[in-house]
Amino acid sequence: MAKTFLGGVHPPEQKITAKQPVELIELPDKFYYSTRMHIGAPCEPTVKVGDLVKKGQIIAATEAFVSANIHASTSGKVTAIESFAHPVFGTCQTVIVEADQADEWLVGLPLSEPRDWQALSPAEITAIIRSAGIVGMGGATFPTHVKTTVPPGKSIEYFVLNGAECEPYLTSDHRLMLGEPEKIIRGMQIGMKAVGATKGLIGIERNKPDAIAALAKAATGTGIEIVPLKVKYPQGAEKTLIQVVTGKEVPSGGLPSDAGVLVQNVATAAAVNDAVIEGIPLIERYATVSGGAVKEPKNVVVRTGMLFSHIFDQCGGFTEEPRKILLGGPMMGIAQQTIDVPVIKGTSGILALTAAETCEQAERSCIRCGKCVIACPMGLIPSILSVLGERGDFQTAKEEYNLLDCVECGSCVYVCPAKRNIVQYVRLQKHLNIQQATRATQARQ
Amino acid sequence: MSEPKTLFNISASPHVRDSLTVKRIMWEVNLALAPATLFSCWWFGFAAIKTYLICIFACVLTEWIIQKARGVAITVDDGSAFLTGLLLAMNIPPEIPWYMPVVGSIAAIGIAKHTMGGLGHNIFNPALIGRAFLLASWPIAMTTWSEMSSVVDGVTRATPLGILKLHGYDQVVSTFGNTATMYKDLFFGFRNGSMGETSVLLLLLGGLFLIWRGHINWQVPTVMIATVGVVTWIFGGTAGLFSGDWLFHILSGGLFLGAFFMATDMVTIPITVRGQMVFAFGCGLIVALIRLKGGYPEGVCYSILLMNACAPLIDRVIRPKKYGAGGK
Repeated sequence: MAKTFLGGVHPPEQKITAKQPVELIELPDKFYYSTRMHIGAPCEPTVKVGDLVKKGQIIAATEAFVSANIHASTSGKVTAIESFAHPVFGTCQTVIVEADQADEWLVGLPLSEPRDWQALSPAEITAIIRSAGIVGMGGATFPTHVKTTVPPGKSIEYFVLNGAECEPYLTSDHRLMLGEPEKIIRGMQIGMKAVGATKGLIGIERNKPDAIAALAKAATGTGIEIVPLKVKYPQGAEKTLIQVVTGKEVPSGGLPSDAGVLVQNVATAAAVNDAVIEGIPLIERYATVSGGAVKEPKNVVVRTGMLFSHIFDQCGGFTEEPRKILLGGPMMGIAQQTIDVPVIKGTSGILALTAAETCEQAERSCIRCGKCVIACPMGLIPSILSVLGERGDFQTAKEEYNLLDCVECGSCVYVCPAKRNIVQYVRLQKHLNIQQATRATQARQ
Repeated sequence: MSEPKTLFNISASPHVRDSLTVKRIMWEVNLALAPATLFSCWWFGFAAIKTYLICIFACVLTEWIIQKARGVAITVDDGSAFLTGLLLAMNIPPEIPWYMPVVGSIAAIGIAKHTMGGLGHNIFNPALIGRAFLLASWPIAMTTWSEMSSVVDGVTRATPLGILKLHGYDQVVSTFGNTATMYKDLFFGFRNGSMGETSVLLLLLGGLFLIWRGHINWQVPTVMIATVGVVTWIFGGTAGLFSGDWLFHILSGGLFLGAFFMATDMVTIPITVRGQMVFAFGCGLIVALIRLKGGYPEGVCYSILLMNACAPLIDRVIRPKKYGAGGK
């Protein structure tokens, strides 16, 4: 019996690209590097218009701790630094580089001699991760060096890798686990050393038996354990994953570190390996290009700064007009206004869904059927949160219905027969809550 | 750079949804009631068909008029007003004068449903409010049952629970001939009563269909019926405790109709499964109390209405188990 959690849903898996090995795609003429590919402070460009840049060179950075350096992912010439479309923030300051197609590495990269990671101290590992601009690659893009810097008074016992890939359509982590299991395991060992974790667990949904086998083989002799998980969304959400694989719960309002756990995506572990062993910063990743409107769905290696439009072109373009363009999976991904947005570090999937796939319908009154209550992995009452959201009553939602515990996984919306946009109401209320807190702070000053 | 030809939808996540709709749930509940409905049309004859049509038509029309008058979206196609009409008809005697079901339908849809704000906002089950309204307004007509042949008297106008209340248990058995025939007739529905409540077998089939489709859970009907069974077994007999005929009690009256189709009305019951079990237990307790100690022979309607009133309170007390609550 595979491990699981209470609640959750099982949308059609749609893993149509699961059997397709990753492909390299052509380099576009121009790259668009947002100065903010992470959660935290934006970077400032360290290059100016007219500069020549090499692959792997830092082009934007900041002193702020919660941030991540931006590196050029190919060689070329900076032609502009201006505001440009961003897949998460709408617009963002962007360094635009015209590729010279030589794709030349910065001198000294990759390292001629692999680094001996076992000789490195935890602080040195964290410094390398920070310099390489590594962020959580599952989609949240939280800077990894912040996670591996364990705050005083806390200790990390469990190091958990997330290979669940519970989002429909996405197969990029699956292909990574099949293609580079050694990198993932070594990246995990490096991470465990950085935080002093003693137990290593990797959670993978049971619909990927080949990935489970590949990682189990690579993990032989390391003490790292593979935990097969029931196929259910949101098996890979941080809090549910922790509950399932360690048996611990993150306290309400707390962080995984409060439960002595650190969770990282498998792709992040592989990136840590590349940075520490070969000195390669985070400039490319696996991504799934899929959805009913894509002519040739595939798994590809994408580089930061590539436009979605270029990537769709490399996958044969569209068979019909897409209704929604997504960064990430269909359950938690972000809908895009245009296909001319650049790849950022958390781009695990690029989807073009048809109208039939999105199944949009008008919202109706809640009939209190309770399906959302059964689906909620956090044990909330989503129907009431949506009604309070309609009224804008975020106070009651926060104080009596645990608004702030909602992880916005979307399970409630998926099952709702009245088609209520519960997650949107929750976000609205969280926003109103922050607004009020800000106003209160300003009033005190 | 290629510009999109059409605008993309940028609505919030999730971007895929299950295809189940409120409309489909409602029509499937109507479908689940079809076998019992058809049986009653055959068993009670033309009067039943007429009363069904009046109730359904009056409910749907009332909803249409109110929504038209309020200037809100017309949602009569969602099957919920149709369902209210069907359930109301199933809860009244077949040979009732035509204008009474019309008034009951107006009370059900107009008062119980739309004064509260329409579908999803009502506190009480509309069909049961309609029935209670009629019982208060025309008590005689609402308890005048069809003429049926009986083993003893040749003809009877009473329901088994009515005979029990007035003449005692032995009289009930002798009406059917013997206990085996009694259980059999009650189970298949060959007895007097409200139109849709008689056939336990067909109501059970419909209920199992709804459980299989995931529209109701098994806990509510099970707890409600079991509670009635246990309480009537303990306190329902004349030969001291534990001598009651629990099987007679669970097979008679509107218990199966109520337990599978009205105590499971998602709008008017608690939202958590644990809360629903408390609700169902309360319903069963009140049914048994009314039948054994009350003035009425039957109490399913009032038990559910009373517990409907308690549902918000139950929801306030019984919450889902929250993730992370066990932490510091």
